[in-house]
Amino acid sequence: MARVVESPITRVDSWVGWANAVARFSRRKPLGAVAALALLIVLLLAIFADLVAPYNPIAQDSFAVFQPPGGAHWLGTDNLGRDVYSRIIHGSRVSLIVGFGAIAIGCITGGILGLASGYVLGALDLTVQRVVDVLQALPTLVMAMVVVAALGPSLMNTTLALGIVMIPQAVRVVRASTISIRETEYITAARAIGASDMRIVILHTMPNAVAPFIVLATALLGAAVLTEASLSFLGLGVPEPTPAWGSMLSKFGAEYARQTPWIVLSPGIAISVTVIAFNLWGDALRDILDPRLRGA
Amino acid sequence: MQQYVVRRLLLAVPTLLALSVVIFVMLRIVPGDPVDVYVTIAQVGRLDDEERANIRKKLGLDRHIAVQYGVWLRGVFTGDFGQSLRYQVPAWDVIKGRIPVSIQVGLMGLVIAVLLGIPLGVISAMTQDGWLDQTLRFISLLGLSMPSFWVAILIVTVLIRLFFWIPPLIYVSPFDDFTGNMSQFIFPALVLGFNSSAFILRMTRSSMLEVLREDYVRTARAKGLRERVVIFRHTLKNAFIPVITVIAFQVPLMIGSMVVIETVFNLPGASRYMSDAIIDRDLTVVQGLVMLTGILVAISNLAADLLYGWLNPRVRYE
Repeated sequence: MARVVESPITRVDSWVGWANAVARFSRRKPLGAVAALALLIVLLLAIFADLVAPYNPIAQDSFAVFQPPGGAHWLGTDNLGRDVYSRIIHGSRVSLIVGFGAIAIGCITGGILGLASGYVLGALDLTVQRVVDVLQALPTLVMAMVVVAALGPSLMNTTLALGIVMIPQAVRVVRASTISIRETEYITAARAIGASDMRIVILHTMPNAVAPFIVLATALLGAAVLTEASLSFLGLGVPEPTPAWGSMLSKFGAEYARQTPWIVLSPGIAISVTVIAFNLWGDALRDILDPRLRGA
Repeated sequence: MQQYVVRRLLLAVPTLLALSVVIFVMLRIVPGDPVDVYVTIAQVGRLDDEERANIRKKLGLDRHIAVQYGVWLRGVFTGDFGQSLRYQVPAWDVIKGRIPVSIQVGLMGLVIAVLLGIPLGVISAMTQDGWLDQTLRFISLLGLSMPSFWVAILIVTVLIRLFFWIPPLIYVSPFDDFTGNMSQFIFPALVLGFNSSAFILRMTRSSMLEVLREDYVRTARAKGLRERVVIFRHTLKNAFIPVITVIAFQVPLMIGSMVVIETVFNLPGASRYMSDAIIDRDLTVVQGLVMLTGILVAISNLAADLLYGWLNPRVRYE
């Protein structure tokens, strides 16, 4: 009996089509769908933080320090009397801005470099590979720390630093798929009918290299959020008073953890849930977009 | 083979040199005047321009950056990493005492990661899609997704609140007091190992599943070998090849995690001191530590490639 294989990616031209695509995805990848829902919630919280958060996240209240959870403050207050719940809500902004910003910078730069070096090869490729070697010569967190130190800590510079450390992986993935696409018959055919290099790269190479690129970008999102949290924890991320999940756990938070564990519990949960959601969503996307890995 | 090693080492040298230039330049554009770090806080406000200029001259900061780099590089080859701006002693003296601490945490963490990751990965693959596999995969997902400094903070909190554990305040060498040393190192090593074991578990699992589908495994089963022999002699051996490389690639990841884990557990390690020195703006120490990290990463990458070739006769380096 013939089994109808539903394609997860179909052309969607209407709202009904979109709804169907979403339903199909949820059926095939329930965990991925739950993760996507969680990410949507985090995204909405970040966008509407001002409406959702009951307090000003940076307003200090010296009469309400170290309040335990419950009552007026759902998740309690910290050492300066700031509302932890409001800080968590607002902290999602830093995580998402830095995460998506770093991926945009790193993957676009890395993608273009990978595409160019994989297509042109030769001297350009060698140069790009050596640059990538240097960028990869240090652990990502250490490299990001040095870049932030040089530029000075700010939201923009943290994003830039994480974007830079993401470049090598994007170059590698895109370069590898560009090289394999280069050898296919449809590229030879395109060349035979006299298509220009630019046309071949944009119309024939790029669309076929996009799937592994998207898989990588999603996988790196979780890593970017985690690294940003580490930087903020170390005091090298987005500076105070901007609330960030990592800096809520900073050295001071750890000291207070003994008496007032709620200060360190909720930011950690917020980071973990977001990163788990990014990872699960990435795994689901990979399974769907990369048929070779299906079932692995 | 020997030729390959030599060529790889020769390739690592320009990379490390380029890295040292990049780091050197980046650390010179760090905002603020290094002189402020060099003198005590009380002195900062009282320095006039002439005194500042004299200190700059003494530190060699008045010379062209290329000259400064040349001086630094010549020093490195003679084991001189320059003067620590903060402590006014050779940077190497600040660094060297901290290296054994990081090596111990790193090695213990790596052993724990391997001891957890490989057997659990094998079990996960053997019970594919069963409840045990699902549980193990979920735990490894947690290991990948939870920030290690948060796990460390939780462990410290639980130990102190429930077991009245008091972390030793100063570092104890394992050769002086083994028990005291272990009580200091076992928890940071566990956090580090848990984090890394997640990667190893995932790799072991997928590599096992791949090998189990190979023709030679089917042949082994078809000729009636016991399942134990099929698993241990035919599958495991081949499945380990990619796992070993993943283990070697854990080194840079672990150094990153150790920066934060050593901070939480208050261990005086070299990894943690990278962030402390950046915050203190002790730039010569940062430069030294970063270069040591780069060398370690280069060695572990080479080790990964060599192990891969040694374990897998189908890959031979020319």
